[in-house]
Amino acid sequence: MQVLYFAWVRERIGVPREEVETSATTVADLVAELRGREERYDLAFSDMNAIRVALDQELSDLDASLAGVREIAFFPPMTGG
Amino acid sequence: MSVSVQADDFDVGAEISALSAGRTDIGAVVTFTGLVRDMAGGEEIADMELEHYPGMTEKALANIEAEANTRWELQASRIIHRYGKLEPGAQIVLVATASPHRGDAFEAAEFIMDFLKSRAPFWKKEGTSDGGKWVDARDADEDALNRWS
Repeated sequence: MQVLYFAWVRERIGVPREEVETSATTVADLVAELRGREERYDLAFSDMNAIRVALDQELSDLDASLAGVREIAFFPPMTGG
Repeated sequence: MSVSVQADDFDVGAEISALSAGRTDIGAVVTFTGLVRDMAGGEEIADMELEHYPGMTEKALANIEAEANTRWELQASRIIHRYGKLEPGAQIVLVATASPHRGDAFEAAEFIMDFLKSRAPFWKKEGTSDGGKWVDARDADEDALNRWS
């Protein structure tokens, strides 16, 4: 699965995107898995209230299923306009 | 209906002209232009870096524009949002709406701006003397959305 990061989430993790092999079935499972891998993920995802998620470029939420999802993005609350 | 996400600047006058070109049924055109300020929270800003999510940004803006078109009687609409590094005074965003009477154009433009603030995948980083600072989302922007629900 392609995993994308934006703004300070990207800065903390250190890459804008990466291919992640995972058997996680929900967004929350994937986050828990990443946090267990390396400290930079643990740091980026330490406050999930500050994180928004998009599945295949549609806003979604933490308990959403990853079935059929090709692209997932993590980012802070948006500040457009 | 038309959406552009671009690094380049835009010409508000030219956009208004294009919106109403060749038609005589439009009674009102409302435009909003957002600019980069030189101060934020009492701190001087050297520049503003706008990051976005290519692909999702265009979809999100098109969805917001389509929703405005279902809620109000719009004859034309246009959204331009820039990304990249912008200097104070630079134009960031343009929303233009056209309708037979002013009420619909005013409300639709405000609706589009309210949604664009917190539902379009853009992130602003202010260049300050101590490096850079990501702009926090404001509760007031979230509250602004609720009045349309």
